[in-house]
Amino acid sequence: MLKIENLQASIDDKSILKGLNLEVKAGEVHAIMGPNGAGKSTLANIIAGKDDYEITSGTIELNGEDISELAPEERAHNGVFLSFQYPVEIPGVSVTNFIKTAINQTRKAKGLEDMPAKDMLKMIREKSELLEIDRKFLSRSLNEGFSGGEKKRNEIFQMAMLEPKLAILDETDSGLDIDALRIVANGVNKLKSEDNAVIVITHYQRLLEYIVPDFVHVLYDGKIVKSGDASLALELEAKGYDWIKQELV
Amino acid sequence: MELNDKLLSSYVAFENRVDTNSDIHEIRSEAFQNFENLGFPTKKLEAWKYTSLNSVLKQDYSLFPNKENSIQLADVQKYFIHDIDTYKLVFIDGKYSSFLSETTHDTFDVCLMSAALTKPKYKAVIENYFNKIAKKDNLTSLNTAFANEGAYIYIPRNVEVEKPIQIINFTTGSEAAIMLQPRNLIVVEQNAHVQIIERHQSLTSNPVLTNAVTEVFAAKDATVDIYKIQNDNTNASLVDNSYIEQKSNSIVSVHTFSFGGNITRNNLNFYQRGEHIDSILKGITILEGKQHVDHHTLVHHIEPNCESHQDYKGIYNERSTGVFNGKVVVDKEAQKTNAYQKSNNVLLSDKATINAKPQLEIFADDVKCSHGCTIGQLDDDALFYMQQRGIPEKEGRALLMFAFANTVLESVKIPEVKQRIAKIIANKLNVKIGFDL
Repeated sequence: MLKIENLQASIDDKSILKGLNLEVKAGEVHAIMGPNGAGKSTLANIIAGKDDYEITSGTIELNGEDISELAPEERAHNGVFLSFQYPVEIPGVSVTNFIKTAINQTRKAKGLEDMPAKDMLKMIREKSELLEIDRKFLSRSLNEGFSGGEKKRNEIFQMAMLEPKLAILDETDSGLDIDALRIVANGVNKLKSEDNAVIVITHYQRLLEYIVPDFVHVLYDGKIVKSGDASLALELEAKGYDWIKQELV
Repeated sequence: MELNDKLLSSYVAFENRVDTNSDIHEIRSEAFQNFENLGFPTKKLEAWKYTSLNSVLKQDYSLFPNKENSIQLADVQKYFIHDIDTYKLVFIDGKYSSFLSETTHDTFDVCLMSAALTKPKYKAVIENYFNKIAKKDNLTSLNTAFANEGAYIYIPRNVEVEKPIQIINFTTGSEAAIMLQPRNLIVVEQNAHVQIIERHQSLTSNPVLTNAVTEVFAAKDATVDIYKIQNDNTNASLVDNSYIEQKSNSIVSVHTFSFGGNITRNNLNFYQRGEHIDSILKGITILEGKQHVDHHTLVHHIEPNCESHQDYKGIYNERSTGVFNGKVVVDKEAQKTNAYQKSNNVLLSDKATINAKPQLEIFADDVKCSHGCTIGQLDDDALFYMQQRGIPEKEGRALLMFAFANTVLESVKIPEVKQRIAKIIANKLNVKIGFDL
C-alpha cells in the first residue's frame, strides 16, 4: 500500500525528516509515536501533499506509484485521507455541502457522474449514525464553532464518506473526552478492512486501546528509530521516550 | 467638445423639447445651475479621493440618441430574471421599450417617469416626493437637470406586490458612445411591500456612462427590497445615486452585486425619519482586470430606536481596485441606535487594492455602533484542507470565495435572484459548484 524509502524533507532549510523508512500493507494498522517535534505531523502532511515542505531525497509510493509529485487532491483521489490535528473552519459551507462536493469532485476525477442525490442522502445518514452525529450538525458551517470532539468526529465522518485506501489519523485523540474517543475509535474500526490501511499518529497509548495497532513505530529526530508490536506502545507509556534517546546514544 | 460643455449647451434644447410643468422646470433649472457651478467631481473632493472619472469623461457621448432601437427578446432574455413572473420596465438607449416591458396601473403604478412628470394624475405624488431627498451634489444635480425618463413606482397602502419589479436599462451600441441619466422614483406607502431588481446592461463594447438617480420612500411599516445587479461589460461605467427615506417600523434592504463594468460608483444614502426602522445594506464585489468599484454608503440615524446593518464583501483580482467608504451619522436624538458595519475584503493579487474607510459620527451617548474592516488573502490552510478531501485547487478557491460571500448571498429573499447571482459568481470564477448555496 504505502512504501516510504529514505525520505528526507525540510522546511525553510530546516531539516525535519532525515531518512525515514516505512512500509504499510493493506489490512494493517500502524501507530507512529514519538516526542514533540520528532516530525510526526510533518510526515502526515508530506504524505498528503502539503507544499510547505521540500522533499530533498527519497520516495513515497502508493500502490507502486510514486505520489511525491502529485497535487494533494490527486493523492486524495488515489485514496489518501488525512484526519487533521487541527481541522480548518470554513464558515459559509455546510458539512453536507462540503462532503457532497468532495465526493463528487473525487468521482469526477475518476470519470464518474455525480452521485445520485438519493444515494448521497442515504450514505450521509448511515455514516452520520455510525459517528453518532445528529442532523442539525450536518447543516452547520464546516467546523465553525465546533468543539474539539465535534471536529474530530466530523473528520472521521468524512473519512467514512470518502472510504479511503490509506487513512492517516493525526492526533485524532487530542481534545477528545472518553466518550468521543470511543465513538471515533469505533468508527475507525468499523471502516477497517483487508483492503485499506490506517496510520495512527499519537502521543499516547490511550487511543491504541481502542484502535489496536499491528505495528508501533517510534519517530525520533526525523527517523523511525524503533519498531515493534502493540506492546511497544505500553512500554513507551510506562517509561516515556528518554530510554529510547539513551539507547540511540 | 468637452462633456461638461456639451451638457451645458444642450440643456436649453432639452428643456424646450420635453413637455413639462412649471414646478419641474424650476427644479431642473436650479439643478442645472448647481451643476454649472460645481462641474464634475474631481479627486480633489474628499468623497472622490479614490475614484477618478477623468478617463470616462473623455469620451464623446451622445446625450439624446434620436433613433428608436429595438432588440429581440431572445437576445437579451438572459439578462432578465426570467424564470419567474415579474413586472418589467425596460429602457433601450434611454427610451422606454413597451415591447419588452410589462407595466401595470391596476392597484398600483409601475410605469414611466416621463408620464408621471407630465400627467395630472401623478401630480400630487410628484409634488410630494420628486427630488425631495436627492442631494444637491454635482452628479445628482446633473441627473435632476436632465430628469425625464426612468421608472415610476407607486405602491398604495397595504398592497403587497407579489411579483418583483425589474428595471433594466439596455444600451445597444447604436451610438459610438452614449450617456444615460435614468431617474427613478419609488414610493411605497404604509404597510406596502415591494421587491425591485435593477440592472444596467450594455450589449456591445461601445462606451457607456450612466448617471442614475433613484429616490425611494418607505412609509410606516413598509418593506422594500432592492437588488442591484452590476455585471456590465468593461466599457460601461455607472454612477448610481440612491436616496432612501424611511418612516417608523419600515424595513428597507439594498443588495448591490458588483461584478462587472469599468468604473462603478455607488452612492447609497439612507435617512431614518421615524423609530424602529431597519436599514440593510449589503454587497458582494468581485472584480478583475482594471475594474474599479467605489461603495459610498451613508446611514443617517435621526430618531431613536433604529437599526442599520451593513455587510460588504469584496474579492479583488489582478489590478482591480475597490473603495468602501461607509459613513454612519447618529444624531443626538437618536438614542438606542444599533448600527453595524462590516467590510471584509480579499485580495487575490499583489496589484489589487482596496481602500476601506469607516466614518462614524456619533452625537448620542446610548448607542451600539460597530465597524470592522478586514483585508486578507484566501486561507492556504483551508485550501489544503479542501484539496486533501479531493476538491481541486481551482474549485477549492472558488468554494472559499463562495463561502466568503455567502453571508450576503443568504439574505437574498428571491430564490431566483440568489441562484442567478450564484451562477454569475460561478461563471466569473470559471467553475461549476455542485450545490446551491
